[in-house]
This record gives sequence, C-alpha cells and structure tokens, in this order.
Amino acid sequence: MKWLKIILFLLPLTLAFHNLDAQQRFPKPEFHTHYTQPTPTTPEPRGVGMEFFDVLVLLVVLSLTSWFAIRKRSRNGILLLTVFSAIYFGFYRNGCICTVGSIQNVALALADPKYVISLYALLFFLLPLIFSLFFGRVFCGAACPLGAIQDLLIFNPITIPAWLRKTLGFIPYLYLGLAVLYAATGTEFIICRYDPFIGIYRMNGPHLMIYLGIAFLLMGLFIARPYCRFFCPYGAILNVFSRFSRRHLSVFPTKCIQCKLCTTSCPFEAIDFPDEEKSKPDTKTNSRKFILYLALIPVLMLAGAWIGSKSHVFLSKAHPDVYLAELLISHPELKTDSKNIDIQTFLASGKSLETLVAEAQVIRDKFKTGSWILGAFLGLVIGLMAMNQVIFRRREDYQANKGNCYSCARCLDYCPVE
Amino acid sequence: MDRKKFINNSGRLVLLGGLAYLTGSIIYQRKVSASGKYVWQIDPFKCTQCGRCATECVRDLSAVKCVHAYSLCGYCDLCGGYFKPNTHKLNTGAESQLCPTGALNRKFVEEPFFQYTIDEKLCNGCAKCVKGCGSFGNGSLHLQIRHDLCQNCNECSISRMCPSNAISRVPIETAYLIKGDFKKPAVSTPK
Repeated sequence: MKWLKIILFLLPLTLAFHNLDAQQRFPKPEFHTHYTQPTPTTPEPRGVGMEFFDVLVLLVVLSLTSWFAIRKRSRNGILLLTVFSAIYFGFYRNGCICTVGSIQNVALALADPKYVISLYALLFFLLPLIFSLFFGRVFCGAACPLGAIQDLLIFNPITIPAWLRKTLGFIPYLYLGLAVLYAATGTEFIICRYDPFIGIYRMNGPHLMIYLGIAFLLMGLFIARPYCRFFCPYGAILNVFSRFSRRHLSVFPTKCIQCKLCTTSCPFEAIDFPDEEKSKPDTKTNSRKFILYLALIPVLMLAGAWIGSKSHVFLSKAHPDVYLAELLISHPELKTDSKNIDIQTFLASGKSLETLVAEAQVIRDKFKTGSWILGAFLGLVIGLMAMNQVIFRRREDYQANKGNCYSCARCLDYCPVE
Repeated sequence: MDRKKFINNSGRLVLLGGLAYLTGSIIYQRKVSASGKYVWQIDPFKCTQCGRCATECVRDLSAVKCVHAYSLCGYCDLCGGYFKPNTHKLNTGAESQLCPTGALNRKFVEEPFFQYTIDEKLCNGCAKCVKGCGSFGNGSLHLQIRHDLCQNCNECSISRMCPSNAISRVPIETAYLIKGDFKKPAVSTPK
C-alpha cells in the first residue's frame, strides 16, 4: 500500500509537464467485482411549456382584472386576483422571470449580438404594455407580484404632499434609464439585483435582500406601495402608456355627483379633483410659461447629454472588466496580493493586461454612447414633467388619474352612484 | 372627434407603433427564440475554484454543488479531493477530510479502489474538493449548477462575481455541462 501512495503522490508531478488534456492521470480501473458505475444525476429544469403556461396565466389575470375594473366594477374580484398573483407568480413561481425585470432582457437582446431572448420573456414584457394601452395599468392592479404583496399590506396610508410625490416620481425614470444602460452594456441587471420582494417570496436569499424587502413592506404600511410609486422602472413606462389608454377604470359608473366620498378612498392619491372656478389660471401667463418650458426641453436635454457623457467614466466602473483594468493600472502593487481573487484569476489566465484594457475600452465606449443618451432622456423627462405643470386640463369630476391609477378599484366601493 | 380624443388615439397609435417596431427589430435580428429557454451552467474547464459559488448564490445553501463525473474517476485510495494534502491516515476521520461539511462520502469498492459520492444536502459548493481533485487527480469532481435548486434568476448573481466568467446561459436542451459528456472545447482562438 505504501508504494502506491508514493507513486500516487509522485505521478502528478511527473505528469504535470505533459499535456493534461491528452490523457487522464489515473486510468479508469477495471473492476473485478460486480461494481456498476453510477452516473451523475441531472434533475431537469422547469420546462419551456410551463413558462408558456405562465404567460397564459398572466394573460388570463390581465383580462380578468380589466373586466373587474371596467365592466364589473368589483374590488373584491381584483382583491382575489391580487391574492392569486402573490401566491402564483410570487410564492409558487418564485419571481423569475418577471415583467419588471424583463425590461433588461429586451434591452440586452437589442444591444448584444449574441444574446437571444426567449419568446415567453418577450411576452412577459409586451402583454402588460399592450393591456395598458387599452385598459390602463391593470397589470399593477392585480397581476404584478411585487405590487400584490405591497397592496395586501397597506394598513394606514398617509397623504404625501403633491410636490414631494411629483419630485420622487422622477426616480423611476432614472432607475429605468440606468437599468437599460447597465443591461445593454452587459454590466448587470440592477432591477433584479435590488428587487426587494423576491427574497420574501422565495423565503430564502441574501440578508440584504430580505432586510430591504421587510423595510419596504414596513414602509408600505403607511406609505402605500412605496416601490411601485417611487422606484418601479416598469411603472414609469406603464405610466406613460396608460395615459393614452382607450378605456380606463372610472370612479363613477355614470355621472359624478360631486359627493366627495371617494376623495379619501385612494391610498395612492391618484384621484384628480375637479378644478375650482377661480383657480383657472391666467391664459396669457400660462401660455407664455408653456412656450418657455417647451423651449427649455432641448436645453435640458443638451445639458443632460453633457452631464451624461461626463459621467460615463464613473458609470462604467460598475462593469467588472473595466473595474479590474482600472484597478490594475492604478494599483499595480495589487498583483502580488494573493487574497484578491479577481486579480489572481486574471494573472493566472495568461491574458495580457493590454488585452484586458482594450476590452475595457470597448465597454467604456459603449458607456460613452449610452450615458449621453441616458442624460438626454432624463433631461427630456424633467422637461416634460415641468411642462405638465402648466398644462391646464379642465376637470369637472372626481376622476382617476390615468397615469398614476393602478386600477385597484378601491374607490369604486365608495361611489354611491348606481 | 374632439381634440382630447384625437390626442389620445394618436398617442396610442404611436406607442403601439413603437412596441411593434421594437418587437419587429428583435424578431428581424433573430434575437428571439420561440421554443427556447436558457438556464445557467458552469463551464467546468473555465472554473478556477475560487470559492465564490458557495457565498454568492441567492440561496442560503448554494444551488451549485459538486458533481462527480464517475467515468473520469480513477477511484484512487489517496483521493486528492477527499483528503487534506498532508494527512497521514487514509481513513474517514473528520480530521483528515478536506470537505468542510463532510459532504463527500468514501466507500470501499474493491482493493485498491474507492468510490466517492456527494451528499448534495450537505455540499455547499465551496470547491475545495474540486481543487484537490484537479491538482492531484483526474479532475472528475467539478462544480455544477443543479436545476432542482437553481431559481434560474434572470441574472445569476454568481455569474456577476465569477472571476473567470465561467457561468453563462446555455440552451435548455443541453441543461447540464457535465465533464465526460461535455468536452473541453477545442483550443480557443488565440488572444
């Protein structure tokens, strides 16, 4: 036995100098007993058919929500669907892939020549948008698992002042822009990484993810749906789409009788009040302001593009290759740091620093283009948000704001009109 | 048709057109696969056993487990994946085992061969045994993402941290890259 051990120890040393792929160090033994060699088990992943079944479920939930919100006018029906979505899309399906995250798959599919998107992921992205063009944000109302868990845990919502709401309403666009930029450059999927509720649905996950989820849910007891309103990047797209919806949930079935019963019903302050007669602004100053803001939009976009292109170096540091290349250039002494896994792996890979820097430069160039587009986009958003302030729309009834309303149908129970 | 309705209708048409353009360009570039699904797998030949699979997975106990490609195993008595490098006693005592969780089981087959199996309930994907097997043995032990445990996250959180970019999406038809069946790709293009 002893000689065997010695040989076994020595063999690798002698073989290490040969081509390792050509032959195994130790030949496969020939067994004399009745030994059957096991094969590695390979548990199957969830099939493609199941993913398309999920698309079907999404389609059914969206259709039912539209029907409950617009035709049937039933809060109970939507509540039931919300519970179903939380259970099915959340606890059963464990989140991935979700509509909110699918933005990144679409962005990556458009930008990366090698990435191929699955049809069901594309459908998860498209279906809620198409529905929003016809029936409003019914996806937010009952089909979104992230919205569902928050909606079910609204306890005592406080009123947030309009200026704060509108200012914070900028964050989703910023988040959307950054998510698309990082996905398109192949850096990472930030929406998925900072998804607060997935850890709760999976009842398993990194501590930070779970704490973030609990923090959002606790906040949600008093600030209704904080993630949906102030962070959700998909909500930002839906907000725009839903403004042009063909039909939409209406607070009153036939005619508003100005009873004001619905005013306190909406936890998201998404009901627009009728404007008072005297508040009608001076048309002349208003149109002057309108023209001013309209002229301001290109200026804001240019400024945004400038700031964006200036910040591309900073933004690109999120990409691991760019980060590593920068680290190696600025701190060459780290090459001897045996604890830095990234640097040691890079050095062992035999790739030259020049190659790495060249690759990082390609990525940084992508960021250069992406950043100014992002900046211009954000400038446009700020400009449009400002312009929206001076557009005067005559309102005589208490009506749901098509952009912000989630079609949760809470207000419907408050309306006394039959 | 009043003005409001006109704006509403044309806005909807523009947005629908935008969606159609987006979808069309994805389809035109053949970037969509109707029957395809992609799952995460480790390329065992790229893996450098850095140990991050054990810590970076979103699951508490990583979905990455050690897999044994038995067809490559030499059934060694002195297993580089099982024993600590300087151990003297080749027995199943905990002090001589390399695996921190005791997930690698050693069973006598016949003189002088031993079979090594992995208890997946205990394995945390730390790759210590993989490193040992790769350094002193045939490299039959290697890490792989197990689809009964993997959540198939939209983006694998380990892949983001993998120093050798060994984790990538593979088509569901080849859901497992297991050594033996999965061969090292022919010499890659010179860099």
